[in-house]
Amino acid sequence: MAIRRGRGVAAINYPTGMNLGGDPTQALVHSTPTGNFMVTLSSVDLGQGMKQIMAQICAETIGVPTDRVVIDTADTDTGPHCMGTFASRGTHRAGNAVIQAAKEARQVMLEVAAEELEVNASDLDTDGQGNIQVKGAPQKSISIFDVALSAHFKRGRSISGRGMFLIPRSYPEKETGAMKPSTCYAHACTVAEVEVDDETGEVTVLTVKNVFEIGRALNPKMVEQQLVGGSWMGISHALYETTEPYYPNRDHGGTDFNQYLMPGPGDLAETEIIVLERPSADGPFGAKGPGEMCANPQIPAVANAVFDAVGVRIDTLPITPERILRALKAQAAG
Amino acid sequence: MAKVPVQFTLNGSETAEFIESGTTLLNALRDKIGDTSPKGGCHQGTCGACSVIIDGELKLSCLTLAETCNGADIKTTAGLAEGGVLHPLQRAFLDAFATQCGFCTPGMIVAAKVLLDRTPNPSREDVVEALSGNICRCTGYEPIIQAVLTAARANSQNAA
Repeated sequence: MAIRRGRGVAAINYPTGMNLGGDPTQALVHSTPTGNFMVTLSSVDLGQGMKQIMAQICAETIGVPTDRVVIDTADTDTGPHCMGTFASRGTHRAGNAVIQAAKEARQVMLEVAAEELEVNASDLDTDGQGNIQVKGAPQKSISIFDVALSAHFKRGRSISGRGMFLIPRSYPEKETGAMKPSTCYAHACTVAEVEVDDETGEVTVLTVKNVFEIGRALNPKMVEQQLVGGSWMGISHALYETTEPYYPNRDHGGTDFNQYLMPGPGDLAETEIIVLERPSADGPFGAKGPGEMCANPQIPAVANAVFDAVGVRIDTLPITPERILRALKAQAAG
Repeated sequence: MAKVPVQFTLNGSETAEFIESGTTLLNALRDKIGDTSPKGGCHQGTCGACSVIIDGELKLSCLTLAETCNGADIKTTAGLAEGGVLHPLQRAFLDAFATQCGFCTPGMIVAAKVLLDRTPNPSREDVVEALSGNICRCTGYEPIIQAVLTAARANSQNAA
């Protein structure tokens, strides 16, 4: 009986979004009378930071500071249609819709500014600080605040735009079954180091080293936050979490937080995160979906590390001490 | 059922309310008094999201009857900022990206405050122990641990 150390590696590809009957998201953008921009979405921020990312995308496209943009995800009954925040699709699908809507709003904004400045709209550009100026002659400029006032009270224009992004339904080819279920893929690789006590079956994850390729990181700190939390959740999936430990038998199924195990702050593995950015061709500013995939590669990596440590393949999650001990017993019985 | 009066200090303000006997402090704070910073997660003392500070002790407001708090001094996360300036713990949580969905955050912050009030220079193990009654689903805990350690360092530098 001993504590045995093992190391496991796993790599994954992970699709962004899904494709059942087509995958649409729509967005509306409009300016307030004071030149702030409202983005209306039905895509919900679950805490991953979608509101921040959509504000960045809208601000970058229109050419205003991010704090001039307000994201409204208040009501899925009345907002423009979105399939939902799942399948790591939020940034990619909603982001593309916001870009399209913001481009249309920007065009109206430049047209109103052109009338005020008596120049051609195509000669105008934003300075990113809340002003519109003539290219090459920045002294000839007007604030977006004044442009919005003019649009609302003088010109009778609505500085607004509609955005829609649709991945059409992909049908499989009859002969080969080939289809395109997703538009772009994120990638990840994890190396996990574990100790397995072959007397108690207890697994301790010592280190997880993760590399994530997620397209363009639109907000690097929030990406890091997502990946650190996701890496922890992957270990939790691998070793702890289940509502049905003896499925299909309901016995011992957790019914509350007391019985639904997750690693606590005292059970953390030393975690390393490396982000690689290979911008996607069709994502907003090259983004992909890092959300769900960041909790996936740790699971096979831990399973492989357990195999490396004690020579048994656990093919049912979570990898509990009981499953390890049963497998070791079966192995010894040979 | 007859209502009973309760009177306590909440975040420095005298607070009085008539409540139904048997009301938890959590429900009294959220539904009667309007302080929604303590969150109702499990309502059975497991998740820590409802944590508040009663007379300097960390307590689970979902397991505390409001009528037992007469005369108590109660603090919640909603009362930590002073004059619009965030408490060092709140600032550190923001800077460390120690919150995602935010549901556990008020409980984490009061748990950390009780720790720092007693142990101004905690070790990592002290922080882990202090947070062990609070569940977080999003962050993986490490950013929260780092935020508490950062706030402790900021406090000790201000004191020095």
